[in-house]
Amino acid sequence: MKSHLLPDFIVERLEDRCNRCGVCVKQCPWGVYSWNDDKTDILIDYTKCVGCQRCVVYCPNNALIVKPYYGSYRPNAYWTKEVISDIKKQAEQGGVLLVGTGSDRPYKVYFDHILLNASQVTNPSIDPLREPMELRTFLGRKPDQLEIEIRDDDIEIKTELYPNLVVETPILFAGMSYGAISKNAFLALAMASKEFGTLFCTGEGGLPKDMREEYGPVAIVQCASGRFGVDPEYLNCAAAIEIKIGQGAKPGIGGHLPGEKVTAEISATRMIPEGTDALSPAPHHDIYSIEDLSMLIYALKEATNYEKPVFVKIAAVHNVAAIASGIVRAGADVIVIDGFRGGTGASPKVMRDHVGIPIEMAIAAVDQRLREEGIRHKCSIIASGGIRCSADVVKAIALGADAVYIGTAALIALGCTMCQKCYTGKCAWGICTQDPNLAKRLNPKEGAKRLVNLLRAWSLEIKDMLGGMGINAIESLRGNREHLRGIGLEDWELRVLGIKGAGE
Amino acid sequence: MIKPRDDKDFQACGLFGVMDRSGERFNGKMVVEAMKNMHVRGNGLGGGFAVYGLYPEYKDYYCLHVMIQDWNEDAKREVDKFLDANFDIVHDEEIPTNEDANVVNPPLFWRYFVYPQKKGDDKRLSDDDYVIKKVMYINTKIKDAYVISSGKNMGVFKGVGFPEDIAEFFMVEKYKGYIWTAHSRFPTNTPGWWGGAHPFCILDWTVVHNGEISSYGTNKRYLEMFGYYCTLQTDTEVMAYAFDLLMRRQKLPIEIVAKILAPPMWDIIDHMDEKRKKLYTTLRMVYAPLLINGPWTVIVAHHGEMFGLTDRIRLRPITAGEKGDLLFLSSEESAIRAVCPNLDRVWTPHGGEPVIGRLNEKALKKVVE
Ligand code: SF4
Ligand code: SF4
Repeated sequence: MKSHLLPDFIVERLEDRCNRCGVCVKQCPWGVYSWNDDKTDILIDYTKCVGCQRCVVYCPNNALIVKPYYGSYRPNAYWTKEVISDIKKQAEQGGVLLVGTGSDRPYKVYFDHILLNASQVTNPSIDPLREPMELRTFLGRKPDQLEIEIRDDDIEIKTELYPNLVVETPILFAGMSYGAISKNAFLALAMASKEFGTLFCTGEGGLPKDMREEYGPVAIVQCASGRFGVDPEYLNCAAAIEIKIGQGAKPGIGGHLPGEKVTAEISATRMIPEGTDALSPAPHHDIYSIEDLSMLIYALKEATNYEKPVFVKIAAVHNVAAIASGIVRAGADVIVIDGFRGGTGASPKVMRDHVGIPIEMAIAAVDQRLREEGIRHKCSIIASGGIRCSADVVKAIALGADAVYIGTAALIALGCTMCQKCYTGKCAWGICTQDPNLAKRLNPKEGAKRLVNLLRAWSLEIKDMLGGMGINAIESLRGNREHLRGIGLEDWELRVLGIKGAGE
Repeated sequence: MIKPRDDKDFQACGLFGVMDRSGERFNGKMVVEAMKNMHVRGNGLGGGFAVYGLYPEYKDYYCLHVMIQDWNEDAKREVDKFLDANFDIVHDEEIPTNEDANVVNPPLFWRYFVYPQKKGDDKRLSDDDYVIKKVMYINTKIKDAYVISSGKNMGVFKGVGFPEDIAEFFMVEKYKGYIWTAHSRFPTNTPGWWGGAHPFCILDWTVVHNGEISSYGTNKRYLEMFGYYCTLQTDTEVMAYAFDLLMRRQKLPIEIVAKILAPPMWDIIDHMDEKRKKLYTTLRMVYAPLLINGPWTVIVAHHGEMFGLTDRIRLRPITAGEKGDLLFLSSEESAIRAVCPNLDRVWTPHGGEPVIGRLNEKALKKVVE
């Protein structure tokens, strides 16, 4: 069938710069460039281009420009090019449209409608270059109070404590599975976590045996509906266990790793036959209600001798506050809430773009509800899904989160350009692929360095913002909505966020 | 009640406290002199005093100092009725005041010496919790009536004016106590309101405070989970509730509480020996929402004990002085020297290091029992 689609991108080559070195032919996994028969010229088929910019960055002569295709249908604010193209695609293929990454739709970004406070006169700001500024964060359940026994010179804590994790900055790496991402990308996340003093989540694809000893202590191992790679050793080598109920990019549905991606090592790690599709069911088939969740939480605690916090990750959906309250009561130590901007390796476009609620609203609602019920200290809250910069981190924490997960931002640090083709396995940056030729493009050591740099840069910026507010420890920002003001928000939005408007 | 318009009240103030650790009572002259010395730390919008050992003749009864805004007769009648229904009132009288004092529109002040008469479900409450419950009722439900102190053998005198004017108004030089704390207020954003002055009091616990808490939202929302609602929206209220929760309800000593409100830096904790490291780490982990950030100093008193504490990086220092059994705490050294020139010792404690005055054993028996 003849395709009626317009191209997405156009490739322009500056002929006076190009010396036909052929680098672009090698770099583009999409077959845009090809040598002519007698290898004297390079042909360009820009209709295949996904705009990943790999060729542009690697062209030694800066001869390439890749830009959105500017040919257009009759402009129409309702029947946009995207709408028309989607219909044509479905008319040609008859299937669900797949996409990668988080939603790109222009919904209101609440982070961008919140401004931070700073001290003037009545309260000194604190200079992070001269004074200590503390970001250390504990994740896990806290007791209602401490009972302390003092005998002569000896002080003893009588209260039984729950396991908690310590991170040196309130930023952790979100679950991205080995299988969805390459071993090198996975390794880079693990290495950076270890170096910086934070944690990474394995996602649902297990943790390769050869990484357990070194990186288990900085890993949050996931137990998802497919139960891939879950065995006692996997659970016990880790810092914590995360039960994944849902994901912001595709709330309510499962996952599908195509058989082509299930290589020998992935098959060993996931404990499924090589080359078979790895299917994660939409629900956990042993969790149809909150008491079932509680049973799984305690089964995992039992299996790990009550030494590890158990996280429960859910997508931010309409009744997120009530659900979160149930999860705390079910025994979770940490709740991860994944907003509708959360990323994915593959999701039906319709789910990604139309299901869920913004993380800012979800955090505010959950934090408030848990406080009203007097159980906020019984769990930590991790905000996940669409955290783009250090200011987003600060705003999420002031709204009520203990820490944040970053996924997309970490991948961008590794090279990702948000081309949204993660589900194709052809990632030109070696991140979302199992093709050995592409995967080797990402050097785990260099990747880890970029990730550590990003964590350091954001941490420094967070310290600046804290110092400006006259705060020298991150815990004094948590849930401290007095330091936030809304701009361009309606009354109901301010109410849900629990903040005042600017100037109020 | 005139409520502050902002998130909370911004202020810079003068504090003073003096305690005779032998339990010897002395009159208010010294503390008034000291406050006069720090006149410029206030702006005349609030001054007050807390006195311990004030009513030895009624020491077994809770003494409620009640303020009736605008001399509202209905409010007074309602308070009388409410107290009569919930307590045995053994004695009550108007608090004597000096009409010539330099204050504007003073409310009516009345004191009641009462004994709890618990009924029904309230029988399960301790006397203290019962008193708190009834005091909260008056403060939130009876218009124009506010209980400004509610402990045994102690009382608070406070209002709008410079501390020396308030002292004159209540004639505090006639009273005697073994602990006196005082406060002069410089609010930058709240109108003067008699109830908004310090000391702030629950039962026999009083707090005078100077500073602005940058962690206010975090602290307030944590305290709400334990049933404390910051209706006055002042930093001081947060302080007072934090002390009430940790010291009275959770029974932690001030030495520990100081490390919760003003904990050492991680850098210091990380270099401690294992046992202390574990203790300090656990305190910070569990009580992170009660770290009080920003610049502050407090002087807290209850029977038998007075202590001063500053924020963890000492953005608002406090000075301590000693002369025999007398212990002084003050925003400024000059105020101590003005009333006691020959001190045995004077020092400025580190941030987060409490200076604690306790009655010696003998005195404790004399005063408390
Ligand atoms: S990489 Fe650049 S210089 Fe080399 S052939 Fe391609 S466009 Fe020309
Ligand atoms: S490398 Fe990426 S940007 Fe370049 S032509 Fe290929 S798909 Fe387009």
